[in-house]
Amino acid sequence: MLKYMTRAGLKIVITFLAIVTLAFAATRLSGDPINYIAGQGLTQADRDLLVTYYGLDRSILEQYLAFMGSFFDGEFGLSFVERRPVSVVIAERIWPSLQLLLASTALTLALAIPLGIVAAVWRKSWVGSAVMTLAFLFYAVPNFVLAVFMILVFSYWLNWLPVVGNGTWAHFLMPTIAMSGLLIAGLTRFTRNAMLDVLGQDFIRTARAKGLAETEVILRHGLRNASITILSVIGLQVASLAAAGSVVVESIFAWPGIGELLVRSAIQRDYPVLQFGVIAVSIAVLIINAVVDLAYTWADPRIRLGEA
Amino acid sequence: MSVLLSVRDLSIAFGSHMAVERLSFEVEAGETVAIVGESGSGKSATALAIMRLIEREGGRIADGSILFGADAASDLARASEAQMRRVRGNRIAMVFQEPMTSLNPVMRVGGQVAEAIMRHRGLSRAHALEEAEQAFERVCIPEPKRRLSQFPHELSGGLRQRVMIAMALACRPQLLIADEPTTALDVTTQAEILQLIRSLQSETGMAVLFITHDMGVVGEIADRIVVMRKGALVEKASVERFFSRPFADYSKALLAATPRLGAGGPEAPAEGETVLRVENLTTSFGTGGFAPKASRRTIVDGVSLSIGRGETLGLVGESGCGKSTLARSILRLVEPDRGTVEIGGRDWTALSGDRLMTARRDAQMVFQDPYASLNPRMAVREAITEPARIHSLVSARDARDLAVSLVEKVGLEADCVDRFPHQFSGGQRQRLAIARALSVQPKLIIADEAVSALDVSIARQVTDLMLDLQQREGLSFLFISHDIAVVERVSHRIAVMHAGRIVETGRTDHVLRAPRDPYTRRLLSAVPRLPAIATEERLSGQYAANASAWPEVEPLSA
Repeated sequence: MLKYMTRAGLKIVITFLAIVTLAFAATRLSGDPINYIAGQGLTQADRDLLVTYYGLDRSILEQYLAFMGSFFDGEFGLSFVERRPVSVVIAERIWPSLQLLLASTALTLALAIPLGIVAAVWRKSWVGSAVMTLAFLFYAVPNFVLAVFMILVFSYWLNWLPVVGNGTWAHFLMPTIAMSGLLIAGLTRFTRNAMLDVLGQDFIRTARAKGLAETEVILRHGLRNASITILSVIGLQVASLAAAGSVVVESIFAWPGIGELLVRSAIQRDYPVLQFGVIAVSIAVLIINAVVDLAYTWADPRIRLGEA
Repeated sequence: MSVLLSVRDLSIAFGSHMAVERLSFEVEAGETVAIVGESGSGKSATALAIMRLIEREGGRIADGSILFGADAASDLARASEAQMRRVRGNRIAMVFQEPMTSLNPVMRVGGQVAEAIMRHRGLSRAHALEEAEQAFERVCIPEPKRRLSQFPHELSGGLRQRVMIAMALACRPQLLIADEPTTALDVTTQAEILQLIRSLQSETGMAVLFITHDMGVVGEIADRIVVMRKGALVEKASVERFFSRPFADYSKALLAATPRLGAGGPEAPAEGETVLRVENLTTSFGTGGFAPKASRRTIVDGVSLSIGRGETLGLVGESGCGKSTLARSILRLVEPDRGTVEIGGRDWTALSGDRLMTARRDAQMVFQDPYASLNPRMAVREAITEPARIHSLVSARDARDLAVSLVEKVGLEADCVDRFPHQFSGGQRQRLAIARALSVQPKLIIADEAVSALDVSIARQVTDLMLDLQQREGLSFLFISHDIAVVERVSHRIAVMHAGRIVETGRTDHVLRAPRDPYTRRLLSAVPRLPAIATEERLSGQYAANASAWPEVEPLSA
């Protein structure tokens, strides 16, 4: 187990270094930031001053090292736009994003797994077909379409729900559904397939031959085994939720999270914030993957006790 | 004796296909009845119908009754699901064929046994686990307490099957249904499990319904036999009567096709050149790409052997002994660590690249699973001529003619060449695999468990084909099998492998009649023997000589 965790830890460090380097390189490749910070019509002297101020006159290697160094000063540099430390700008965005992520994940799991089981067990009746049809429908709808559609119906026509902000529980409803709609559909389909796969295996017949009730067979023997494959997909899906989903959905609902911050700083060319915003999201993805990896070893004793 | 189970006019359907039709038989309390038949005979469907698990497999009981119970018999065919749950695992228990997949891989085995006890006897989990430990003791699992908290993958196949039996017997059922419980096991393990079932039976007085395709196992364990074919009853008899005077033609043919140890092997070939010479071959596997030398496991350990022209060497040994790795090392499908392999006078271990490629036409392989070893998207004419095309022995224009001559050589019709593998039965596919090997006119064919997945009658036909090809073309075979009786039928000499080493080699009759190595003796004593048949000549006269006249199971679509 210790060996396994050491290896997992090492993997995280290497991945993290790669991400930081990529975030740095991507910014450098996107052109001259000074034009965006100060606009056109600068005198050459002012321009040189700014270039020196932001350290852009130094070699790429020096800039890279300085960038790496800024991890250790606790502030991660200064936002071009807000003139505040990047660490502060990002920190205040973490909690709202996390709230939305947790709510969406909880909703996804609470709906998709039972629905997937139902669709597998009653696959030949209308119940299974209905679940799969719905899942198929939602799988085809991108989250921004779902978001806009919900705003139209529930805010504009019915005037039930607020569109922007994150003050009350009512604010959570639409963003959470918009974030998780696609995932619920995807995970329902996946859970169904994983359950069908497991329910066709020999040990399920053994469980029935013991005289167990069907619910015991399905949950204790079926779901417990299917959870191994389901877990691996949840990891990928929640990670994509954290990265891509939040950017789109937070922007639409003006949710004060990291996703919205990323979009805004990209438009405003606020590179220090953008760099560390990307890194923050990447860290979130890494943490999610690590948690799923651990859960995976818990779920599958063949990994837990194997030579891993 | 009172009748415990009475199956009357049972018919089982899968959709509109009748898997079993009007089957009737009885099992008396305390006796062992064997249901015997080849694949597709409906024997497993019958077992699942008795448990009423057939509905879960997509079938249904179309007609008939299944009366169970010594005193007040109830009809299981009409029982409710709730009633069946009280019967399953409690009064009737079942053991399945595949110990590797029949246990839940993520649940501790103790828990899996305790589950049945908790359900039927209403015990607490702690009590049930104590009972499970006793159940493990009864089936002779060493260190029962420690085993309780292990997972299935930590146990060997034999131990897993013991866990399955412990689970089945935990609630002391009146009837145990064992569906090919030893088919996936080695002979020595099989002998132990059969012995175990017998002793538990005499201890508890339960009846056993034993489903098998293996006549040797029937002879070892059964009191009475029920022979099935294509869903219908062929013959019911006591085991003594069956083996001495089988009535039905099919029963006679089945007995004749069953390879029996001591029946003798083929005539020794004339002394010829050496086709394969292996010296001191050693192969080891590491746990990963960077595994240090010390952590590598030696699978093949200093093996030396040779095969002459027109000769078959039978290689026997239990699973995990290194037979297949040896075969692959000889062909350099895995790289041996050291040693030399000479095929047709060429040192394969010194070859590489194009020259190894050219040499490969001298030695071909036929694999175990005829369903997995043919590409389902390749027409037969492409599949069986592919090796010849790779070696540029045939032009694209002549490939079809070659394919036709090859399928005719292995006893199939010429029009087979335009069909696809799924249109053939298992035996026919194995013929195609042999045809493919023949396409490059090899000197040596390595057959790795090539008939192990086939029914006895089909296996008989395929080994007859091999013998015939050997006679006509002077082919040499390395014939690998765990089934010693089959090996005897085809081999001039036998090599016995154990833990990576060849422990004994010699002429077939010498090794089998007077084994020198203790391991060989142990292996041979575990092989189930058919009871002596008084009228062997009469049986073999009509059928054994002409096994190829058997109708093979028709492929699904032509």
